Amino acid sequence: MNMKMMGRVNALILAIEAVFMVPAMLVSIGYGETGAAKAFAVTILIIVAAAGVLAEITRNPSGHFQAREGLVCVGVSWIILSVAGCLPFMFSGAIPSFVDAMFETVSGFTTTGASILKNVEIVPHGLLYWRSFTHWLGGMGVLVFMLAVVPLSGRNDGFTLHLLRAESPGPNVGKITPKMRKTAATLYIIYIVLTILNILFLLAGGMPVFDAFCIAFGTAGTGGFATRNDSLASFSPYLQNVCTVFMLLFAVNFTCYFLLLRKQWKDVLRDEELRLYLVIVGLSTLLIALNVMPQVGSFGTSVHHAAFTVASIISTTGYATLDFNKWPTFSKSIILMLMFVGACAGSTGGGIKVSRVLLLFKSLRRNIHQVLHPQKVQSIRVNGQAMNETIVSNTNEYLTAYVAIVILSFMVVSLNPGFTVESNISAVMCCFNNIGPGLDQVGPASNFSAYSDLSKITLTVDMLLGRLEIFPILVLFSRSTWKKL
Amino acid sequence: MKILIVGDGKLGATVTRELSREGYDVTLIDKDQNVLESTMEKYDIITVQGNGASMDILRSAGVADADLMIAVTGEDELNLLVCMTARSMNEKLHTIARLRNPEYAQQAYMMRSVFGLSLIVNPEKHAAREIERLIRYPGFLKNDTFAKGRVEIVEIRIDGDSILKNAALSSLDSIVKCKVLVCAVLRDGTSISPDGSFVLQEGDRIFVTASTENLSVLLKNLGILKKKVKRVLIAGGGRISYYLASFLQKSGISVEIIEKDHNRCVALSELLPDTTIIEGDASQTSFLDDEGFSETDALVTLTGLDELNIVISMYGNSKNIPILITKVGRYDGTELLNDLPIGSLISPKELTCTSIVRFVRAMQAGQGAAVTVHRIADGQAEALEFVADETTLHCGEPLKNVKTKDNILIACITHNMVTEIPNGESVFNKGDSVVIVCSNDKAPYSLNEIFA
Repeated sequence: MNMKMMGRVNALILAIEAVFMVPAMLVSIGYGETGAAKAFAVTILIIVAAAGVLAEITRNPSGHFQAREGLVCVGVSWIILSVAGCLPFMFSGAIPSFVDAMFETVSGFTTTGASILKNVEIVPHGLLYWRSFTHWLGGMGVLVFMLAVVPLSGRNDGFTLHLLRAESPGPNVGKITPKMRKTAATLYIIYIVLTILNILFLLAGGMPVFDAFCIAFGTAGTGGFATRNDSLASFSPYLQNVCTVFMLLFAVNFTCYFLLLRKQWKDVLRDEELRLYLVIVGLSTLLIALNVMPQVGSFGTSVHHAAFTVASIISTTGYATLDFNKWPTFSKSIILMLMFVGACAGSTGGGIKVSRVLLLFKSLRRNIHQVLHPQKVQSIRVNGQAMNETIVSNTNEYLTAYVAIVILSFMVVSLNPGFTVESNISAVMCCFNNIGPGLDQVGPASNFSAYSDLSKITLTVDMLLGRLEIFPILVLFSRSTWKKL
Repeated sequence: MKILIVGDGKLGATVTRELSREGYDVTLIDKDQNVLESTMEKYDIITVQGNGASMDILRSAGVADADLMIAVTGEDELNLLVCMTARSMNEKLHTIARLRNPEYAQQAYMMRSVFGLSLIVNPEKHAAREIERLIRYPGFLKNDTFAKGRVEIVEIRIDGDSILKNAALSSLDSIVKCKVLVCAVLRDGTSISPDGSFVLQEGDRIFVTASTENLSVLLKNLGILKKKVKRVLIAGGGRISYYLASFLQKSGISVEIIEKDHNRCVALSELLPDTTIIEGDASQTSFLDDEGFSETDALVTLTGLDELNIVISMYGNSKNIPILITKVGRYDGTELLNDLPIGSLISPKELTCTSIVRFVRAMQAGQGAAVTVHRIADGQAEALEFVADETTLHCGEPLKNVKTKDNILIACITHNMVTEIPNGESVFNKGDSVVIVCSNDKAPYSLNEIFA
């Protein structure tokens, strides 16, 4: 295990976090919130000191860095990132309990958007800004950001691929340009441009500047922290539609945007994952709209709310325009199904990922064929290209791990008295898939504050597992990871 | 600059390593996904799986905006096809192909123009040339040339009986009676940039800059030029052996090749009428002894197995053969081999890689990049050759007035084909070739970067 190199990466991550905390502090100062501003100042000092010490003791690391170090490094740095990020909430007294503050911060960085705050409107603006900004940073990934800005040169600089793979979601993560730094920078530039567009569209619709930034950060990272207790319900239909469109855009594989920039329209249009994603969105919207029409009113309004909700859930954002918990069971079932599917690979969203679902179904179809024709040799094709069998089997294993962890978490959370089965299962699903609000007692109109500490810790771990796609966190608990080779 | 490399074999991976480290955008194409995967995990590159001669694959690898194609698959014909196909898709593309079949070596010049290749590399022929040089200038572990062959940096080991032992560098010129410059010393595995008061010890490996004319003077005065090589024994009858034997024959050196395979022996005897071809197993010491092993002047081990080459060379060392040259294919670059008594190491793939990298640098030379680069002192220092042009600073100023960075040493200046080891009064002008030695890994990209 290359401890020095990992220490160095973590020092960089902390430094980046400290830099990004400065705007939050300025927001606090701007709104005259001295308590929050002080909390940020103290936190920044602590982080800078920790990063400095860490950088000092990890001078001149060797370049040896393998896949398992990449996984461990990503897992550890996300935990460190979250611990440092929760300090302002604790110091300012907005969220005094460590477990609660961690839940809120992890929920931010993992772009979940599940909250334990009963009333966000009394929370200082600086903290709300920071909470939303964690979505933005966590959405594309802080290590990817680091790869884009810090020249990590080494004798074998291919190791950065392990970091990208461990942090970016999807079954088959690769570079889009030969140089890792350019790949990471390209992804972030696309991300930043889309975010700015989103902010401009929101401002054009008359949203206050502070809310526009926070909502756009939440949309870009597909997080879901809002600035008001009723989420987006009190904003105009135009603003809600802007959010619908951008939530859907941020849940698309960013490689598609890169291909568009290179004018490879055909490749984008032929992309099977994108097509399946659009079909799921379209079909779910239509079905929900028809189903809720008697309750909501006209077809137009139904489609508006259904589209918003579908976009919010499939992109794993978690904004709400109304309490879908009051919708008919059929609609709620579709929502639960969408929670499971999640966004496209290589986007900022969570869930199992559309491409995995695609692979799983293709693999299932092949297995059925093989029952009928035992001698048949068939490769699984995606976008016309034969898929590597390792990726197919990894996807199957991922699903197994996913189901096992969801069931285990559900059991632990069920120890908590006073919650319905529907609440518990949707709470686990929502945290694991990084969505935010669930159904019943954890629906859009309520929050997670009533859960016990044990349940909150379980859900916090679930959020990290879901965002980093299980293995970077799971290897931290494996004894062989820490054994000397 | 965007570079496509087809073939992720030993050479392909080495070229990938060097070019990606120098910051070029490298796309690597190979048929085998597993090999690509492991190369991609080591270096900062992108990979495409498929046949490099297929237009679809080339298109998805981005041939349209690439600057250079390097085809180094195992097959000569495929390499040619790759280069031709790629060029048909991008007229401005430069192409480098590896052609190793000796039958093509004769017509390489013609093929270059017919197929529009920018460069043909033949690792085996290249290695043979290098071995020939080592045999003709014995005493150096390794030498690298600059300024189109007018300047060399040679590596010399200070043995217990060397006259340089315990000598201060300031007295070096008077000992060897010619102008030379020690640009780096490797002591106990670390590289040192010496000054005049530095005293050499036994076991040091020194890197000396000298003009090519001065080399034999240097050799003679160091007492390491013993006698002219008359008889060379080559173990293994592969392609390098063929090239080497044909080169050495021309200089009137008698050559013996030991080869195990009967058919290969017959083929070699037809190709090389003046060379003695012996069928037998070079790994059997009794057989070697029968062939007058200990009376040979130079032993070159060129079998396909690194391990066997090393063992035969060690046996040669025990029989006090003056010149030992060992070919390694896989273990090169490891410090493991440095302490073994196996003489000079030759790695065809590293040599070829160097010439490809040199070509790439020359392509960049329009922007003032180095023309020649050699890694010396186990890769801890680099010797770079630049050509001064109108943008170069300090042209015509005596060097004593020019401050360079701490890690930089100006080792040699060549103007109008005259080579000079610089002192404080020396100057360089436009068009001169300047060789500098950089003692850490922050090598300069242009000549102006060496100034403080």
